Order: sequence, then structure tokens, then C-alpha cells
Amino acid sequence: MLSVTNLQVKYGNTEALHGISFTVNQGEIVTLIGANGAGKTTTLLSIARLGPPEGPKIASGDIVYKGQSLLNVPPHEIVTKMRMALAPEGRHIFGNLTVEENLKLATFARQDTEQIATDYQRVYDLFPRLVERRKQRSESLSGGEQQMLAVGRALMTGSDFIMLDEPSMGLAPLLMYDMFRALKELNSQGMTLLLIEQNARIALQFAHRGYVLDTGAIVASGDAKELMNNPEVKKAYLGG
Amino acid sequence: MLDTIIQQGFNALQLGSYYSLIALGYCLVYGVLLLINFAHGDIFMVGAYVAFFSATALLGQYGFIQPGIPGWVVLALTIPVTMLLTSGVGIFIERVAYKPLRLKGANRLYLVITALMMGIVLEYGNLAILGASRKSFPSLVPRVLIEVGGATVTSLKLAAIVVCFLVFGLLHWVVTRTKLGMAMRAVSYDKFAVPLMGIPLDIIIIFTFFLGSSMAGLAGLLYAMNFPVLDPFMGALVGWKAFIAAVVGGIGEIRGALVGGFLLAFLEVTVAATFSSELRDLISFSILLGILTWKPTGIFGKPRTTKI
Repeated sequence: MLSVTNLQVKYGNTEALHGISFTVNQGEIVTLIGANGAGKTTTLLSIARLGPPEGPKIASGDIVYKGQSLLNVPPHEIVTKMRMALAPEGRHIFGNLTVEENLKLATFARQDTEQIATDYQRVYDLFPRLVERRKQRSESLSGGEQQMLAVGRALMTGSDFIMLDEPSMGLAPLLMYDMFRALKELNSQGMTLLLIEQNARIALQFAHRGYVLDTGAIVASGDAKELMNNPEVKKAYLGG
Repeated sequence: MLDTIIQQGFNALQLGSYYSLIALGYCLVYGVLLLINFAHGDIFMVGAYVAFFSATALLGQYGFIQPGIPGWVVLALTIPVTMLLTSGVGIFIERVAYKPLRLKGANRLYLVITALMMGIVLEYGNLAILGASRKSFPSLVPRVLIEVGGATVTSLKLAAIVVCFLVFGLLHWVVTRTKLGMAMRAVSYDKFAVPLMGIPLDIIIIFTFFLGSSMAGLAGLLYAMNFPVLDPFMGALVGWKAFIAAVVGGIGEIRGALVGGFLLAFLEVTVAATFSSELRDLISFSILLGILTWKPTGIFGKPRTTKI
């Protein structure tokens, strides 16, 4: 469904990805793991087509989704036409808007009123905490609730492919497992997920397949269970 | 005594209406792009000139329209024409001068300097094309004097005040109740995440310039009707003052722009009436300085907090 081939990406003159290739099939949870600065976020920003000044510039390679190259698709059409959403690193929720407004904004370009209503229900079922906080300014939410909102917002775009950048960041262990259970639940409803994580242990536990990224190159890949038992991966990312 | 106070009160309300209408434009653009659009005062001037040419053309001064259209019809046509054409100029400047810099990730300082230069280009462009002679705005509707509590107010003055509040009400509705307004607020908080919601950032930016510039155009028209002498530099000082009003009110908050504009106008009128008009700007701006020292984010401004 998504295939990234020989993707080479730069920030200014610095090359951040040195030609990486990977695929995500429909209905899968795929995770990219790796240390800080390995290029995980860069990969997602490239797929979401967020370019300069904040994002990277694609130097060569291709990103093909459902048979169409994304290279010339503007970022808002990645969401509206390709139906791929990104819950970015650091959440980037709109703190000056209420929880409800944040979710509503994600439906900006959608016309399918009935499906939107179903999607609200799905988000609130998945994250009941958000129902209680519906009318609150979202900057008053706790870190965990903000993360739920970021994922909820991605769902409200009506996408069937969601990229998540460190959904566990800043969450207490219990909340972290809640979050991953919610993601698994989404996946069982047919959502394809591309997930990046520093916490390799939990990511591999929930994902089907994984890729290990190290300083801009993929150094290992395979079935999540295999990766978990791979001695190199164990040593470098799972604490021995 | 009372009638003087009422009279001066209306003067202040009228002046405040121009300041507020212009300050709202500064406020919107700053809110969305964090750009202090220093060309905005000159957009007000452009508005006055657009209104002038639209009105005189409709009155038949250039020959391609037969004279004889009644004044109120001319006015009714001039209002939308002025707002549309002026917003066209504002949007054009955004596309030509600001957008390329933004895409290159230029530091905000360069954008502000570009805006300053655009203002100068507008002023001297006008001077070059139309010459230094002042234009006098035709009177389109008769001035009716209205008696309020012993003071007399012209209908035009009253109209400027009413229009300002109507426009603010409309703007407030757009910003708080519509999806476009919601998107504007979202851009002001976090521009990065807006395309991720499937929202084309450019549309929101163009819409913002449309709102700001059309309000400045409307202010230009109202101003020209009340003070019917136009010159290329008429927007410079008014623009600066409106900008200061927006900052004192809390830039990025539209209530702030409204309150700031009227606050400045009341200060100016009060100082001019009680001391002398030479002391007007000195004293009123000293007071504004005091307000900013006391609350650097402005009256309605809030310091931003982020959660890790």
C-alpha cells in the first residue's frame, strides 16, 4: 500500500536519510524504531509532505501510496485526497481551541456528515477522557490527554492510514499501555498504522513488522517477534 | 459643559473607529503569521484612494459612466468596490512580497522590513502616479446634523461609529463561530499542524489578508467621507497609531484591537481638550507606554504556555 524507495532527504545541505526503503501493507502496524536523531521523524514528515522551512527536502527516491507518487502532492491533499494522517511529534494540538474544536477542525474539508458523526463517536469511545474535557481549552489537558487528542484529531480527518510519531512520549507507563491498546483496537477495525517509537520494546510488542533506523539508514527489518529476539537489536534498543 | 463632553465623546468614538478598524487588520495578520504588516497603514490610504476613484468614476467624472446616478447609489456601490479592490491590493502584496520569503524560511525580521518597504512603495508609488496634489473626496450623501444631548453630530460621523461596531460584531462571529475562523485561530497557535488537518494554509492566509485589508479599505472610505482631503501619506501616522493601539490592546486578540483603538482615541481627545493639541501625542503615548510596562502582553494578551 505504501512503498518508500531509496528515499534520500536533506535539511539544507545536511543529508538526514541516506536512501531508505520500506513498505507498509494494508491493515498492518509497522514500526520504525531507532535512537534520537536516527531519522524517524524526518521519514514521517517526508511522507506527510511537510517541506521546508520546517520539514526536510526530498533529494531523490520516491514515496508511492496506493499506486500514486506523493512527491508532488501538497501536504493538505495528503490528508484530503490520500486520506493519510499524521499525529506529529510533540502533539501540536491547538491549545487555544477547545477539545471539541480541535476535533472539528480536522473535519475542515470533509463533506460526509454522517461518517463524521460516526467518527466523533469512535474517538470518544476510544478515549472517554476526551468526552469529559470536551469544552475545555486543550492546553489545559494533561500530557496524556493531549496525546489522545492528537490521535483523535488524526482519526477525525477520515483517514485510513495514520502515522504516529512517538505516541508514548511523556506518558506514564499505564497510560502508555492504554494508548497502545487503543491503537491496536483501531488496527483491528481496519486502520493501517505506521508508528515510530523510541520505546522499542512496547512498539515491537504491538506491531506486526518493524524496521530499525540508525543515523539515516535502515539496519535491520523483519517480523516484530524476530526483531525482538535479534541479538543486535536487543543489545542496542532493548537494553540487552 | 455636558454638551462639550458629549461632543468630544463622539469625536473620540469616531477617531477610535478608524483606529480600531485598522488595528483589527494588524491584529489578524499578526495573529495568523506573527508578521507585523507595516504596510497596513498604507493599505488604509489605498482604500481611501480606491474609494475616491470609484466614487468619482461612478459620478461620471471620467466620462465612461453617464453622470446622474444618485449619491446614495454611488455610495452603496463604492463600499463593496472599495473593500474588494483594497483587499485585492493587500492579498497581492502578500503573494508577491511576503509569501516568497515565508517559503524560504526567512527570519521574521526580514518579513517586517519587507512590510515597511512595501508601505514606502505604496506611498511613493501613489506620489509618482498621482502627483503631490491632494484629492478632495466628493460628497455623496448630504450631511445631516443630529442632535444628541445638546451636542450635534453629523450623520457621517455616526455612520463611521456604527459601521465599526457592526464590522467588529461580524468579525467576532467569523473568528469564533465559523470553521474558517477556527482555522485562523489554529494557525495563530500552531502553523505547522494546520496542513495536517487537511487545511490549505494558503487559503487561510489569503482569507486573513482579505479580512484585514477590506476593513482597512472600509476605514479609508469612511475617513475620506468625514475628512475629504486625501494625500499619499495619510495612512502613515494613522497606521502607526493603529498598530500601537493593537499592541496595547493585546495583539492577536481582536477584542484588544477594538479596545486599544478606542482607548487611544479617548486619550488623544481628552488630552487635546484639557491641555492642548500639541501635547496630545506626547501625553497619550506616555500613558500607553505606562500600560505596556504594567502589562507587556497588552490589555487582553495572554502569555503563551506550552506543555512538555
